[in-house]
Amino acid sequence: MSEPDSWRRLHPLSPIVRGGRATIGAATLLLLSLVQGSRGSSDSFVELAIVGIVVVLGFVSWLVTRWRIEDDDLRIESGVLRRQSLRFPLSQTQAIDIVRSGLARIFGVAELRLRTGGSSGATARLDYVAAHEAEPLRARLLALAAGAREHEGAPQPETVVEERVLTTVPTGRLIGSILISDVGILAEAVLAALIVTAVLSPAAAAGVIGVGAAWIFTVLTLVWRRFNQEYRLSLAEAPDGLRLRSGLIALSAETIRPGRVQAVRMVEPLFWRALGWCRLEVDLAGKQRSKGEGQAERRPLRTVLPVGSRALAEELLERIVPDRPPVQSPPPRRALWKSPLRYRMLAWGRSETCVATTSGRIRRVTVWAPLEKVQSLRRVQGPLQRRLRLATVHVDTAGRSVHAAIRDRDTAEADRALVELSDLARTERRKKRR
Amino acid sequence: MSVGEAMNESWRRPSLRLLVLRRLEVAALALAALIAAGVVAALGNTVVGLACLGGVFVLGLGAERFVSRRFHAWGYAEREDDLLVRRGVMFLRLSVVPYGRMQFIDLTAGPLERSFGLATVRMHTAAAASDARIPGLDREEAARLRDRLAELGEAQAAGL
Repeated sequence: MSEPDSWRRLHPLSPIVRGGRATIGAATLLLLSLVQGSRGSSDSFVELAIVGIVVVLGFVSWLVTRWRIEDDDLRIESGVLRRQSLRFPLSQTQAIDIVRSGLARIFGVAELRLRTGGSSGATARLDYVAAHEAEPLRARLLALAAGAREHEGAPQPETVVEERVLTTVPTGRLIGSILISDVGILAEAVLAALIVTAVLSPAAAAGVIGVGAAWIFTVLTLVWRRFNQEYRLSLAEAPDGLRLRSGLIALSAETIRPGRVQAVRMVEPLFWRALGWCRLEVDLAGKQRSKGEGQAERRPLRTVLPVGSRALAEELLERIVPDRPPVQSPPPRRALWKSPLRYRMLAWGRSETCVATTSGRIRRVTVWAPLEKVQSLRRVQGPLQRRLRLATVHVDTAGRSVHAAIRDRDTAEADRALVELSDLARTERRKKRR
Repeated sequence: MSVGEAMNESWRRPSLRLLVLRRLEVAALALAALIAAGVVAALGNTVVGLACLGGVFVLGLGAERFVSRRFHAWGYAEREDDLLVRRGVMFLRLSVVPYGRMQFIDLTAGPLERSFGLATVRMHTAAAASDARIPGLDREEAARLRDRLAELGEAQAAGL
């Protein structure tokens, strides 16, 4: 192909952004010691020295990190003592995501994340490049990846990536949905309790805040994180999969390839059901955690639709798992003894390519697992189940968070399901291997 | 063994030496407890001590029964495309793990197992929940099973 580019460095501000919270902490520390600097104590000198060392280390790491595109490879070199040279074959790229944290947006930089398939899930990260360079660079890398594929004689995907927006979540609905979700209601209860105590006796309220500060903070963080991550989430269909963009402060754009989906789950919390809302989450292949991976990388569960109507969910599901079986057939009545709360929710169904189960106590959770992704099947029978002649069949996939289990079925039915599912899964595996 | 009936297979079992090992473990524990109870009986309150002796004896018998039932619950069968593993007395479990899904195989042997010439074979898949562990295999059988599984896994590898 073209002659190799010259070596390029990352954006000079990268170490600062990469530091994330530490940077904010250091900045506050620096400011504090400047304010108190007139006292000139040795403490603040030590603090300054630490900050200085960290800054120098960051600068050095920036200095020795460089990257370039060599033929069909992306090469990244970094490290002083432990020199690391990464050669990332672009033809193996599964997806290239652009991620921008809050700090990155302040400094006008963006991170490019290249992913390969497989459970080892190697990632190459260019953190960070200038924001305006990110999109063109992504397009160029994608084009190279496509070109590399062309070399190998595979059909060439469109270089000009066209997207068709499927859905965007309105902010009002997102806020409403969070307010009546389980986390939201918890936060409201805490706030309401605080207000009531504050009205009754301000002194007691201050005490409660003092004692439960960490707890209150956690709940609020949960609510905030959900809002921040799912703000203005939009889902678009592109030739290489589903494009997911979202974020209020930290922006992320990622691509979910249909073949990578291990399982899909639809969650319907109690109050949402009255409104006909549901939430759609996709489980991707779980991978080993490696250090330096961002929060988003560690989380195998991706929310495709934070809140939406059943009809919309069905439409999206059609793209992710086609040929979904109807979920029906309640378990035998004696299962009431074993799972009184779950009983109403329990059901399962299967087609030639997919198994679906529902469960949940207060919220209803429906899980679809494609049979070609089945890693193993397990039939488990506890003491109570044995007495009631019931059994549970677990369908294990490589996803981490979504679990399909055919709960509390009649023993004969469970045995039949086990045999049938293992046969169907085998057929699917063979189909894929060919 | 209702779990076994689900798949009408000829089950293979762990080595009988595993049962001996488990019984010895129980016996060692019981002996220690018996000695303690005997010391109580000799030095302190004789009635309480004798009651303890009886209790330990009954508990030991119960443990022995549990251990041997658990041993007999273990079983595995190599089918054409997948490995079946069954186990458990209280919770009956039967795993179906296709060879094609295998990521890697572990063969481990702790000090006790090793002194009895035993080993544990474990098959890992990409799913964390998969549970295919067979303890207490003869060393030759363990090696054979490992090689056979590796071979089959390679032949049928299906990726993620």
